[in-house]
Formats: sequence, structure tokens, C-alpha cells
Amino acid sequence: MAKHKTPLLDQLESGPWPSFVSDIKQEAASRAKNEKGIEYQIAADCPDDLLGVLEMSYTDGETHWKHGGIVGVFGYGGGVIGRYCDQPQMFPGVAHFHTVRVAQPMGMWYSSKFLNSIMDIWELRGSGLTNMHGATGDIVLLGTSTPQLEEIFWELTHNLENDLGGSGSNLRTPASCMGMSRCEYACYDAQELCYNLTQEYQDELHRPAFPYKFKFKFDGCPNGCVAAIARSDLGFLGTFKGPIKINQEVVAAYVGGEIAPNAGAHAGRDWGKFDIQKEVVDLCPSNCLTYEGGKLTMDHKECVRCMHCINTMPQALKIGDDRGVSIFCGAKAPILDGPQMGSLLVPFMEVNKDDDYQSIKDLIEGIWDWWMEEGKNRERIGETMKRLGFAALADAAGIAADPRHVQEPRHNPYIFWKAEDVEGGWDRDLAAFRKRHQR
Amino acid sequence: MVLDPEAAKAEIIKFCESKSGSKSKFYFNDFTKLFPDEKTRDVKKILTKLVQEEKMVFWSSGSTTMYGLAGAGKQAASEGES
Repeated sequence: MAKHKTPLLDQLESGPWPSFVSDIKQEAASRAKNEKGIEYQIAADCPDDLLGVLEMSYTDGETHWKHGGIVGVFGYGGGVIGRYCDQPQMFPGVAHFHTVRVAQPMGMWYSSKFLNSIMDIWELRGSGLTNMHGATGDIVLLGTSTPQLEEIFWELTHNLENDLGGSGSNLRTPASCMGMSRCEYACYDAQELCYNLTQEYQDELHRPAFPYKFKFKFDGCPNGCVAAIARSDLGFLGTFKGPIKINQEVVAAYVGGEIAPNAGAHAGRDWGKFDIQKEVVDLCPSNCLTYEGGKLTMDHKECVRCMHCINTMPQALKIGDDRGVSIFCGAKAPILDGPQMGSLLVPFMEVNKDDDYQSIKDLIEGIWDWWMEEGKNRERIGETMKRLGFAALADAAGIAADPRHVQEPRHNPYIFWKAEDVEGGWDRDLAAFRKRHQR
Repeated sequence: MVLDPEAAKAEIIKFCESKSGSKSKFYFNDFTKLFPDEKTRDVKKILTKLVQEEKMVFWSSGSTTMYGLAGAGKQAASEGES
């Protein structure tokens, strides 16, 4: 028997999609039965009260949560987000219902042992409810009380060798795609770079000193499986120079129907015979492909690395050999100033593990120093960049101006030179000037 | 100029106390303004020490983090949690 009547939530369950309401009810029922005999450290019926407060929010059309607070683990400025219910007498099980962010494994590779272990901690010390995963990629553990936080942290770090993720004005938990662990498109080892920078910048991750949040994301190739170009303040996208490698025999096998296009995806219905002209050549955004006389040719200088031809015929086409990363800055969601995609800051950089990625670290630290100096409170770096101009960001990063920085033909007819751009700078001899020009 | 940790800590505490009538939480930038000639990272290290010494605490809204004197402003106990 449900603790609270929830007609509006019940109605949500009738839709065609898997329902979070059903999930919460399932956890409520499981905690009520407690077949494992767990000594719950927070109210066993907290999922029931969660449903109750949610129903009331739907009825009232306003939230009954209060966010924020000083709760956290000692010495960390992030990883825990305080949450309190503003009707604690009605819903005591969720009166204090703090969120814990836990770093996800790179590429979200889990072992069942890890998942079971984290749920053992969370059923005992929290609500048992999770969000896998938050927008930044973290494992989000939903709802616990302050006394449990240090216990959870100790068990996470000592038993699971894991750590809290970022929140607040921190470096947020960096995220990478599966990269070279699984994918042959990867142009650099995204997981390795992500892990290296996560370790290097532990202080920024746990002890915030930025004007606002800052996100790194690492995509191994332009397919962008973690959407670095759209979702991160500094996005690293694998890319390559030089021609895509074409195996003509395998192209013929695709054309002849021996190999399913798109690696067998979209196989739920009959799309007819594979048509290389229609499905590959005509869809090339820079028209650099030609298929004539049974041969696929490519004007590789025109290729924009959209990945469509490679994705469609992955066995026939392979990424070029000169590989590295493009770095984009300033993507963000529409909080203060509208959404933004990342702006191309570094067109191509080699990813060099041998020097511990020093050139990438130098770039990052130049950008951070500038943003920490110039950024206003609660201003994302993409907004600082817009306010002060892309050139200011490029200067801070130590990147020389490049035609590829130009997004569109100039619509501002003014050019402002800096003194160092002009021979002799601005200094002039006033006396000599006055000799030539009387007052 | 290299920050003298003890003097810098005292200046930070003094600044927070001077504002205690109107504010209990401060942005990181509020502190960097106290030390305009210093690198922001050095200021951060001083704040981290103050947190470790339990003289200051982090406050987080989830999206933004601020600093406050320990015990100032709304505490967990006032939310009925102790």
C-alpha cells in the first residue's frame, strides 16, 4: 500500500516510455520488503516520501526542494549537492536528501562487481536511487543525509578506489568516449588523455577556484560520442590530416551487397539495395567523393572529416594516418546567455604522451589563468570569450591567429591593431611631429 | 611578491568578518581582489588551508561554490539536521 496517493504520477506511468515513477515505486517496494535484511541508515521509506513530494510539486506547479548548503566531505568543495525538502514534517524521509556525484569510469566501462559494490553502499547509506548518468557523465546517487556523507566517501575511496566527481565552480568530472579501448576511429587515446588530466588537475576538481563550472570532454574522433563540441568548455576532438584510406576491393563488396552498410545498423527494415551514389557520394558535405567505373575516389584536400563515408562503409574506409586533436572552447547550455557550440581554438595539435601532454597542459593553464583573472562571477568561459572577444582568448592560450578561426566573412569593418603589431609601436617623437605639423 | 600565508589568512578572515553584517558567503573573486598582485592559484592555496584548519567552509548551490566563515550563515542544524 503506497504511503501517499499519487494520481498524477500514476498517470505518467501509462505512457509508452519506461517510467522513472515505476522505478521509484519498485525501490520503495524493495525497501519495504527488505529481503536482504539491510540496516538502512536513512529512512527506509524515503522513496515513498520522494513520490509524495513530487506529487505535491505537480499539484502545486512549484518545487518543494531547497538546493545548496555547506554539506560535503571534509576538504572537498564539490561532489555533494545539498538538498532539503521545504515540507519536512509531511515528508520526513526526504527532509534531507543530498545528492552525491561519483566519478564514472572512463568510457563508462563497468564491471558487474563495481556496480554491485556501489549499490551495496548506496542501498545501505542512501535512498538506493541513482541517475546513471548525469549530463556531465557522473554516477549520480540521489538522496542521503549529512552523517552518511563521510561514510560513503570513505567506502568509495578505500573499498572501490573511486572518488567523488565535480560540482559547483569546480573542474567537473572529465568525460571521454570509449576511444581506443573499443573504436578503430579513435585518432588519439581519449581515455588516456582524460585520465592523465583528471589526475593532474585533482585540486581543481575538488577545490573550486573558478568563476563557474568548467568541463573537459574528450572525443576520439569527429563522430563526437560524448558531444565535446557542444557540452564542454574545453572540448578535445580527435581528427586527422591526409587522405582517408580507401580499399577499393572492400568498396566493391559493399556495392555488391556482400557487406551490410553502416556496420549492419538500421537493419530493422528493408531499405533496398545499397546505393553508394545516393547514400555516400551525394551526401558528402564538401562534394569531395566520386564513384566512377567501380572506383571510389576522393579529393582529400576538400574533406571536412564529417565521418559519414567512414561510418557507412567502415571496413572499406579508414581514417588518415597523421592524427591529432582539434580543441574547441566555450560550449555551454543556455543558462545566462543562450546556448553556444565550442569555437575552434586549436585546429590541430599532436597528442604527445611522451612529454606527459605538456603542450595541452600549457594551453589549459593559460586559458584558466585568463578566465580566473577576467571572468565575472557565474560566467562560463564561453561568455567571457564572447564579452572580451575570441582574440583575447587566443592570446591567453598562446595561439596565433589562423584563418580557420574565422567563422564567417567579416561583418565588422574595423581593424584594431595592437602596438606590437605595428612597426615602431605607437611611440612617436612629438617635437619632430610639431616640426612637420604646426598647431 | 610571495604571499605570507599567516598574514594572508588573517586578511581573509578580517575581510569576511568586516562583511559579516551583510554577507555570510563570498565568491572566490572577492578574495583575489584582496591580493591584486598575487596569482589566483596562490590565493586559492591560502583558502584551502583555511578550509583544512576548519576556519572556513565551502558552500555549494550545486552550480556555484562560495566560501564562508565556519559557523556563519545557515547551518545544517537549522534545517533540522544535526
